[in-house]
Amino acid sequence: MMSARDKCIYFISLHRTGLTVSLLTAALLLYPLYEDNPYTLGITNLIAINTMVVLGLNLFIGYTGQISLGHAAFFGLGAYGSAISTATYGLSPWPAMLLVALLVGLVALLIGVPILRLSGHYLAMATLGFNFVVHSVLLEWDEMTGGPSGFSGIPYLGVGDFSFDNEVRLHYLLWGFTLMGLLLSLNLVRSGVGRGLAALAEDETAAAALGVNTRNAKIKVFVLSAVMASIAGSLFAHCYTFISPDSFGIFTSTDMVIMVVVGGMGSIWGSLFGAGLLTLLPEVIGIFETYKDFVHGIILVLVLMFLPQGLVTGLVDMVRVRLALRRREAQ
Amino acid sequence: MLQLMSVCKNFGGLPALGHVSFQVPHGRVTALIGPNGAGKSTLINCITGVLSATSGSVLFKGKEIAGQPAHAISRLGISRTFQNLRLFPRLSVLDNVLTGLTCEGGQSMAMAMLRLPYLRHRERQLKLRALEALDRFGLSDKSSWPAGVLAYGDKKRVELARATVGQPDLLLLDEPVAGLNGEETFVVGEQLKHLRRAGHTLLLVEHDMDLVMRIADQVVVLDSGRCIAAGTPEEVRRNPLVLEAYLGRMEAVA
Ligand SMILES: Nc1ncnc2c1ncn2[C@@H]1O[C@H](COP(=O)(O)OP(=O)(O)OP(=O)(O)O)[C@@H](O)[C@H]1O
Ligand SMILES: [Mg+2]
Repeated sequence: MMSARDKCIYFISLHRTGLTVSLLTAALLLYPLYEDNPYTLGITNLIAINTMVVLGLNLFIGYTGQISLGHAAFFGLGAYGSAISTATYGLSPWPAMLLVALLVGLVALLIGVPILRLSGHYLAMATLGFNFVVHSVLLEWDEMTGGPSGFSGIPYLGVGDFSFDNEVRLHYLLWGFTLMGLLLSLNLVRSGVGRGLAALAEDETAAAALGVNTRNAKIKVFVLSAVMASIAGSLFAHCYTFISPDSFGIFTSTDMVIMVVVGGMGSIWGSLFGAGLLTLLPEVIGIFETYKDFVHGIILVLVLMFLPQGLVTGLVDMVRVRLALRRREAQ
Repeated sequence: MLQLMSVCKNFGGLPALGHVSFQVPHGRVTALIGPNGAGKSTLINCITGVLSATSGSVLFKGKEIAGQPAHAISRLGISRTFQNLRLFPRLSVLDNVLTGLTCEGGQSMAMAMLRLPYLRHRERQLKLRALEALDRFGLSDKSSWPAGVLAYGDKKRVELARATVGQPDLLLLDEPVAGLNGEETFVVGEQLKHLRRAGHTLLLVEHDMDLVMRIADQVVVLDSGRCIAAGTPEEVRRNPLVLEAYLGRMEAVA
């Protein structure tokens, strides 16, 4: 017979994901009651936006074993897509966001089909090239994008008369989206399809021999991650009402990859951690502001040298292996 | 069940397989033997779509499968193990075996993201089957370990469990007992016999002649990419060409 304590532990371990998500949701619901400084809320809101991009990118990196150095391009296409379709053409923001996400998904499909035949360095360079192209278009096509000086006058999102126009309201909007992304990603990786993807990330030949359609899977996850980045971009545009090409250059792409690496390849919770840590760092420690890229580079090199799977995933793996080895010794 | 017709495979002009033809009958154990470098693994790779044959045809249940991608061939009911273990070292032992049920785990990413009740139900059933398979191979107590930490013999068995858990129609085993000790070899041999009794069709690549003689119904001998003999274990054992292929090598080495 199980004691009450055992039952409790069993229940927690069985529902740990659901419980963690509920706890996080509750904490986020209450957070603005305790923290009402708009500056701080602005930072946590930025974490929400970054998390959304990093979640998608981590699915792509951690669950298909590929690399993209161009996700800021999808982020930027989402932002400018929403900005142009609402401010210039007067579309209403919600349908515009959906439409733009679909279009960006289509773009990802069109470039994904040829470039996902590549892998490793070649894929990294191809995605980097794509980011360059998009970034130059944003800079050069001034009539449409406003060029280097940016695009202003983007409307806030709203429902009826209610408009998401201050930090507290944006907090609920952005984290609502991020939690949804988190939940969908968790569902995916805990499913049979997700297991096939995890297999693909570890050994493509073996995964294919077990029935994983490796080519399709890579393309599908790439498109999914682009759509997530696009939605994050749309929210970014509607949140700040001003955007400029600076936010969507290749350094943003590498920052996103660093967040994935800090979170750990294939770790959904790690994505939240990585996005959180790297968004907070420059705020917490002043000198990071100036040397941001330098510090990010160092973090990337150090993590990859000692924990090739990324920080969180690497540490979790290490603990799992230690525990298993200890039990192996004991037998 | 499986019919090879004149299968050829060249690596950059060098022939590794030349016009290999034989049949793997339903419900039997066919052993594929031959000296090192004879092309046995290459042949398995050509059948399963890991490599594509240069020419020739492979019929499975009367349907042409040569040239199809590996995942499609797997979904037709052909499963395999690899000569050099190909487990997923970071996944748990249980998850490794569950990947053997990929074909039944659903294909739609959208459904998976919504985690609909029918999928959760199916997932539970798959998990039960995987646990059963682990039990058959005596690995239950290690189900939560990352596969990378297992001892070599255990890894071999996880790969067998992964290949058999989906009840494939045809099972291709590339040296399942290589590197195992006598006792472990015996146990695996019994498991293979059990699979045969359960109606599975096996194609077994193996250097261990005792094992081959013990469980094979039919033996095919490959030498330098050519099929030089086929028949019952007794016939093959007495075939002068086979003796020469093996003994010739040994003399050359000695
Ligand atoms: N990818 C490859 N590229 C070039 N040559 C290859 C490749 N794979 C195998 N070969 C060559 O093809 C021949 C057959 O190799 P194969 O691995 O099929 O032999 P085998 O019968 O499985 O041998 P063993 O008993 O040692 O496993 C060898 O001469 C090998 O060098
Ligand atoms: Mg071989």
